[in-house]
Parts: sequence; C-alpha cells; structure tokens
Amino acid sequence: MTPATLLRTPGDAIRLLDEELVALSCGAAFWPATRTLIVADLHFEKGSSFARRGAPIPPYDTAATLARLAATITAIDPVRVISLGDAFHDSAGPERMSEQDRDRLMRLQAGREWIWIAGNHDADAVGDVGGVRVEELSVGPLTFRHEPKRGARGEICGHLHPAARVRVSAGTVRRHCFAGDGARLILPAYGAYAGGLDVASRAFAGLFEVHRLVVHLIGEGRVHRFPAGSIVGARVNLDGTARPRATRS
Amino acid sequence: MSTPFATPTEIVLPERFATWFAARGWQLRPHQAAMLGKARDGRSALLIAPTGAGKTLAGFLPSLVELADPAKRPKMALTGRGVRRKGIHTLYVSPLKALAVDVARNLEAPIAEMGLEITVETRTGDTPAHKRQRQKYAPPDILMTTPEQVALLLASAEAPDLFGALKRVVFDELHSLVTSKRGDLLALDLARLRRLAPDLVAVGLSATVKDPNELAAWLVAQAPSADRAEADIVTAPPGAPPDIRILEPTDPDEWRIPWAGHLAVHAMPAVIAAIATAKTAIVFVNTRAQAELVFQELWRINEANLRIALHHGSLDVAQRRRVEAAMAAGGGPGGLDAVVATSTLDLGIDWGDVDLVIHVGAPKGASRLAQRIGRANHRLDEPSRALLVPANRFEVLECEAAIEAAAAGAQDTPPIRSGALDVLAQHVLGCAVAAPFRDDDLYAEIISALPYRDLTRVGFDRVVDFVATGGYALKSYERYARIRRTRDGTWRVANPQVAQTWRLNVGTIVEMPMLKVRLVSGLSGPVAKMGGRILGEMEEYFFETLTPGDTFLFGGEVLRFVGIRETEALVARARGKDPRIPSYWGGKFPLSTHLAERVRGLLADPASWKALPTQVREWLELQRLHSRLPRPGELMIETFPRGGRGYMVVYAFEGRPAHQTLGMLLTRRMERMGLRPLGFVCNDYALGVWAATDLGGAFARRRPSLDELFDEDMLGDDLESWLDDSALLKRTFRNCAIIAGLVERRHPGKEKSGRQMTIATDLVWDVLRTHQPDHVLIEATRADAAAGLLDIRRLASMLARVKAHITHVRLSRISPLAVPIMLEIGRESVPGSAEEEMLREAADDLIAEATGR
Repeated sequence: MTPATLLRTPGDAIRLLDEELVALSCGAAFWPATRTLIVADLHFEKGSSFARRGAPIPPYDTAATLARLAATITAIDPVRVISLGDAFHDSAGPERMSEQDRDRLMRLQAGREWIWIAGNHDADAVGDVGGVRVEELSVGPLTFRHEPKRGARGEICGHLHPAARVRVSAGTVRRHCFAGDGARLILPAYGAYAGGLDVASRAFAGLFEVHRLVVHLIGEGRVHRFPAGSIVGARVNLDGTARPRATRS
Repeated sequence: MSTPFATPTEIVLPERFATWFAARGWQLRPHQAAMLGKARDGRSALLIAPTGAGKTLAGFLPSLVELADPAKRPKMALTGRGVRRKGIHTLYVSPLKALAVDVARNLEAPIAEMGLEITVETRTGDTPAHKRQRQKYAPPDILMTTPEQVALLLASAEAPDLFGALKRVVFDELHSLVTSKRGDLLALDLARLRRLAPDLVAVGLSATVKDPNELAAWLVAQAPSADRAEADIVTAPPGAPPDIRILEPTDPDEWRIPWAGHLAVHAMPAVIAAIATAKTAIVFVNTRAQAELVFQELWRINEANLRIALHHGSLDVAQRRRVEAAMAAGGGPGGLDAVVATSTLDLGIDWGDVDLVIHVGAPKGASRLAQRIGRANHRLDEPSRALLVPANRFEVLECEAAIEAAAAGAQDTPPIRSGALDVLAQHVLGCAVAAPFRDDDLYAEIISALPYRDLTRVGFDRVVDFVATGGYALKSYERYARIRRTRDGTWRVANPQVAQTWRLNVGTIVEMPMLKVRLVSGLSGPVAKMGGRILGEMEEYFFETLTPGDTFLFGGEVLRFVGIRETEALVARARGKDPRIPSYWGGKFPLSTHLAERVRGLLADPASWKALPTQVREWLELQRLHSRLPRPGELMIETFPRGGRGYMVVYAFEGRPAHQTLGMLLTRRMERMGLRPLGFVCNDYALGVWAATDLGGAFARRRPSLDELFDEDMLGDDLESWLDDSALLKRTFRNCAIIAGLVERRHPGKEKSGRQMTIATDLVWDVLRTHQPDHVLIEATRADAAAGLLDIRRLASMLARVKAHITHVRLSRISPLAVPIMLEIGRESVPGSAEEEMLREAADDLIAEATGR
C-alpha cells in the first residue's frame, strides 16, 4: 500500500513549523513527508497494573490498543513508528504483557523502524519489546520527546493527555484532542485506558500561544478542528492556581 | 394478612412499665400490645402504622421488657479469647444517622424514668474511633445504627461475639430501605445475622405500603423451593384522613395556571399567605433546582419577614443541622415559620409543631405524597393539613388524581427489587473479610434473603469468580486474586490490603463526583490563596457546563463561578440577573403508574371535571372540541404541521424516563424509515417528536402504520445498539463498578497525595463491552438501567398493552393538550447520540467560515 491510501478528512491538517502533519481519528499523527506515524502514551498493561494492586480492571486494554494501532499501520504502512513515551503504564509492564500481545506488537514492527521514546511511567522498563529506545529524537526540523520542554520549538510530545471541551449548538462536548500552536504539538493519549486532561488546566499553562492554539478533537472516523476561541475556558487560567474546568479524568 | 390483636388480658405489662404508662396518662395501644405478644411468642413481625401511632415505642417495648427482667438479661459468656462478655441484645437499623441518634435519645427517657439498667448507644460514621473500638468488646444492650455500620461490624473479627446472643433486630422505615441497593445489602446482612444468631427475631416498622406481605417476607429466611415465608403483620389503625386541598385562583382573573414549567412562581403569594396561617410549614418540592427557586421567590415577596429556611442534600451538613435544630424549636422563638425542602426531609425525626405541608409541583405518586403529608401533625386523631400547588395544567390533573387516591387509601409503593449483583459482590468480599467461607454455605445463606431468593448457583459462582479475579474469560489475573480457595476448601482474603480497601469502600450509596463550593472574596483579580467558608457540595458535571463569570443560584444566593482549585469550586457573591439554575440528576421520580391511570381516567370522564379549576376545565373542553381526549386503554397520537415541520405527540403517560427511552428508539426507527426525525422532547405525560417530513400524511397512508412504528421489536436490536453507547449506561456502570469493588471510591484528600489510583470508568466500559459483553458487571449495569433511568420494563409493558389500540388524530394545527409538551422544546439538553453530529456541524461551520464558503 502507498501513503495515497491515507484517507483525508476536512480540517485534519496540522502545521508544525513548516511541516504538515495529519491528525488521524484513531489518535495518532502521521507525517507524510517522512512516512512517520507518531503515537503518544499507549499505556499498555494499565489494566494489569491496577489488578496487581487489588482492582481487577478488565485485562483487555493492551489488546484493544494494539488492535487500533494495527488497523492504522495496515492502512497507511508507515516506514517509521515513534512512540512518544509511557508506552507501558509501569516499568514492569513489558514483563506482564501476554505472549499473544507481544507477538502482535513484534509483527507490527516488521519491515519498519520502531522507536520507543522513554516516558516517566516506563523509564526503567525491562523486557524485550523490540524497537530502539531513546531519550528523545530529532528528525529534520522536528524533535520528538515525552514531556514538553519550555521554550522548545518544533517539538512533538505526549505526557499531558490533552482533552478539550468545545461549544456546539446545544451545550458543550468534551473529547481527547491534538493540541498545537504551530510551534509545538501535543498528541492525545492513545491507550484504551488513558484518560484526558483539559487543555485549559494548569498543566498546559504557558505551553501554547493561546491565540494560535488549535485543537483537533477525536471523532468517529474523523477529527474535528477548533480554534482556541471555541474551547471552553481556554483563555481563563486566572492566576495559575485555579482550574477553570472541572474535569479531571 | 393481619393477625388479630392480642387482648390486654393476654399481655400484662410488668409493673414498672404499667406504672410508668399510668403516670403519663398513657394506655398500652392495641398494636403495642400485639408487638409484645409477637415477641413473647418469638415471632418476627412487621408493624404498619401511621406517624404518631407510637411506632417506635411499639418496636422497642418488647426489648425493654425483656431486658428489664433479670432472668432474661444476656449472660456474660466465655468467648474464644477467654474474655467474659455479653453481646448486643437488640440491634436497631435506621436509614438516617440523625434518626438513629434521635430515637436513642427518645429511649433514654423511659429507661431513666423506670430506673432500668439498660445501655443504649449509637454507632454511625460520626462516632469517634475509640468509642467504636470499645463498642466491639463492651457492646451496649441496644445498639442503634445504620446499614453501612452493620456491614462493617459483620466483617469484623468480633462479629460472632457481638451478635451471637442477638435477640432482636429492628428496622425502622423499612418501606424506604428496601427500595434501593441499600436494601439489598441489608437483606444479605440480615441473612448473616440469622446465621450468627439462629433464633433472631426480626421486626420491621413501616408506613403503609401497597404489598405488606412482600415486606413481611423480606424480614424472614426463605427456604429453597418452598412457598414464600412471611413474618406476622400487625397493622395499627389509620389516623384521621388528611385534609388535602389544591391551590386554585379564587376568581379566574386572579392568575392563570401555566401551561408548562415546574416552578409555580405564579402561586408564591398564595404560598406565603398559607405559611402565615401555620405554626410551622414544610414546603416540599421535587428537585433541588425547584427548592432554590421557590426559596428565592418566597423571600423576594416575604414582606412579613416570615422565617423561611432552605434544606436540601447539597447544602453543607452544618447548615442543614442548624435548620433542623430550628425546626425542632417549632414556630416559637428561635424557630422557623417554614422550611423549603426536598426529599431530604421525607423521613426523619418528628417535629411537633409542623401543622401544614405545602407540596409545590407534581405529587408523582400516591404513597409518596401520603408520606410527605404525614410530616404534618403527629397526633393521630387530628387530620394532617396539606396544600397542593400544581405548577402547570397537567399537574392540576395529577394533584386531583392524588387526592382521589388518598381518599381511597390507595398505595403505589414499588415492588421489592430483585437483588443486584454488584451489591452481592461487595457482600461476598465482606464475608471473606470477616472469616474464611465455604461457597456452599454462603450460597445457602444468600438465597435465604428475599431479594436473592432466585439467584442461581451459576450466578453465585460467577460473582465469586468476579470477586476473586475479576471474572474474565482471559484468565490473566489468577496471581492477583483478592480471595483464594485454600486446600481446606474455604475461600480466604489474599492479603490484609484487600480487607482494608473493602472497609473504605463499603456501602451502596455512590455519589456523583462532587466539588465543595467555597465562597471567596468577590473582588476580581487573583484568587485568594486562602479560601472562605464552604457553602456545600455540588456535582462536578454542573461546573463543567459553566464558564468563569457565569452566575448561578445556590443556597438561596446568586453566586459567580470563579474557577476550580483541586476539589473545590470557588465562587463569589454576585448581583446577578438571570442566574442559571443548577440542574441535578437526583430526585427526578417518574409519575407512578397508579397516578397515571387515575389521570387518564379523569381525562376520559368529563363528568369528573367539575372538581377541576375553571381554567383547566376550559382547556379540556377546548381539546374535546378541537381534537379528542385520550381514552383509557388506548395510545392516542396527534400529528400536525407547524413551521414547515411535521409534529407527533404521543400521549403515553408512562413517566419521563420511559418516554425518554421511547423517544430515542422511535427516532432511530423513524430515521431508518425515511421520516427524517429532527428531535424529540418529553415530560411525565407525553412525548413530542418533530421531523422534516409530513408525519400525519405518512401515518394516514400507513407508510409506516403506527402499529409498525410502535412494534415491540424496537426493544430488540435498536435498544441494544443505542444502549451500548448511552451516556446513561456509562453512568450506571460507574455505580456498579464502585459498589462491586472494581474501582475505588474517590476519597477526598487521598487523590491529591497520589495514594489513590483513578481510572475513568467510561473507558473501562468501552473496553469491557467490546471484549466480554456477557461479563457479570455488564449484566448488573443493564439490569439497573432497565429498572431505573431507562425504565424499559414500563415501556415494554406499555408497548405490549397498546398493540392494535393506537389511535391517530390528524390535525391541521396544534391541539390544546399538545401545548405543554411543545413548550418543553428548547429546554432539553442534548441526548448523547446527537453529540457527534453537533461536533461535526460546529467544526464544519468554522471551516466554511474560514474558507469563505
């Protein structure tokens, strides 16, 4: 398959410096110029991480996340996949991964470059899950790292699990989203059990030029693009001690 | 079936008691004597009595008499640990902490005055830890507590000593306990108590209910494949019939009864006037939003400066206690003239001075109204006084129907639930926390509880499997098991952490995620680092809909939303015009089937209209002229064109939740049939749907026919596909997941320090329903939703009933009866399935704008 099979939908383009990326409805970003697929915060084995501490959350999250990833990889056949850190929910995650899931992950890596950027959850991860581990990575003008670095330009990161609430004709709707201002792009968390954090919350303060902020909310089969003005609470971070939005999960 | 009262000759009060009764000028009432007789014979009994009948004394007298007799006092016994101690003699369980405390206080007087050596103590969440600890090794004779504390005590190592000699357990307000998951848990705990104390006698105290026999069966052990066992029933004579009136304009020009709405603002001057005639009045409303508005409106016109307070579940506890204390002071100094209240005052301690109940809005159910009216006047021989204030024309009909029901003594309390599986999971883990159990024994114990009588062994084993490792087809959690079967065949808790987590999460009341509402300085600019006082708590999702600067009504004040800090919503006082009204999920009871039938009967019988206010009568006459009136047994549907759209109004009278579900399913089906539905709206009485096509014409051509459109098969695949994505189901799942112990409750403070793990249950739901749709928690969630928020049971029975009895009335314009439902349009929030559509629309609009297309 060729990149031409990539199904484009209205408003799915994201500009970062002078590069164009595509926001996919599965939650991954695609960089056509380098045929690179980028995912953030896969949080594999979050279910089993809870189970081992006494809360038997359904053990199907790794398989669900992998299935979604596999469908995307099959459709666009990237030459390179970059995971932006926190691929596992904790550092013992790779050991807990089932044979079946591990095989599937290995098959996805066949024939392409696979890069694991270290996150805070899985920094000391042990166990063989293929690929190459790096702290951060630069490709052309873009830098890939887990946590956003203040003052950096042209970086793509994860860690914060952005979500946004936007105004629609009757009320508001909240979804996980891509958040970018042309100089930085933060990807939504990809994992089936990974929650979202409001872009209007304190953690995002100072990361974007608010008037340039654009979010792409994840929808069914497409993403929905909104400027900062549509985001509930985006401009009102007060003195930085208060969250203007309530949502935590 | 009531058993005849024991005659006073059969029951002789011990001398001390007889003297005490005589000194107060009291006589032993027949139902009190009957309860003594049941106790003497060792029979469990259900006492049904109106307020003011001395119900509590009837419940406790047998315990006091027995404990006063030195020969019958519990003996000190040697326990396994070599300590000599006695256990609890009587356990009293109340749905409310405050009620337990109040009843304990009321028992102290007779005990002191008769010089009895009986100890009475309370145990609630507020009891200090050292006292709770002491109660475990030196328990009182009578312990007054709540269902959650019973579960905790049963799971403690001391349970066999505490309850081994238990003689009686008394459940107060049993009718209200059994209608929720709390009742399921309590039924399981009762079964456990019976195992620890096989001769235990159970006593239920209840208001009048529709099916007392069912309630009597709840009290006693059920045997497998035998007829239902029931406790004896003792019924006290009813009090004087209540004096209920409907507020109506004295002359037709005074005010108009509104077509729609639930706030009755028009009637507030009359409500103020009524309050002025009473010593103390309770103004009951159905929702917290109504409470806020009615309170606000009453104070706006309160020229006589009547002392009016507000009481609802979101207000700070200390504030509520102050209001209750003022209520107790009655209409005198330091007291109150009226309190505006929600169901938080439906039950609870008696206030002697309340002599008027004002009910604003729809009564919803006959028994519910009777219960509320009973809050006025606690003397049996005097009628309780009540004033019903309907907020719209349909509510006038509903009030009239409720008065008829009260006169006929009709009851419409719901039947006892079948036990929930999430509650069972919590109980099973609790049993393991108490002591290792054998599954055969535990199964036998559980099916002796009425709500779990029909639980199959397979069903039980699935729950045990869930408790152990999550019950997943993918058996990957064996090594993380919470309970394990050991070599001796018993199930044991895997580690002490499991028990600790269980204790922190016990109970079945799951609150929506809440934020504390803190008042900060009203100045603009930076938010004060140190907050002001806490006004109460509100659902987090309400604040999700607010933007800083928005104003809203809370605790009778207009507040401005400032922001959110950790688990607090910061607000400032504001001078707001048009404050928003918080909408709450709770407290929205549907119209009962019984009252609905009466309303339909009233509509169909013009001869009965003379009891109605002139304006309402004229409205119905107009409807008769312009369209027709729905008849009992049929489903009437009106269609009419309006503003280029086709409208359909379905007069189903099945209550809002069932109509909401019907609306979702109908519009899906209409979409498929090419009728292009655009939206729907509903209230307790009807459902309105509008479409881009001529609905009347389509039905007249039978394309589709109405029988086809309303076919019961909509409850099949359509329901399934909608349910899977329904926000209601996700909310229900969250409750089940917390009760069953899949995820932990949020414990304030712990989340901040990171000691608590959190996961969004919505995400878990999506994964679980895709990968294991037959999981026990999905089953529990669907069962909950079917009975509760979606009311599928009621919808199903309606669809079956109206088959071939659907009448289509095709009109050229809107009918008088359709006006109220049409006025609801625009007040509704968005149903979940439209979310994606609106998101697309909003995003595309912006793109179109930007590209100039």
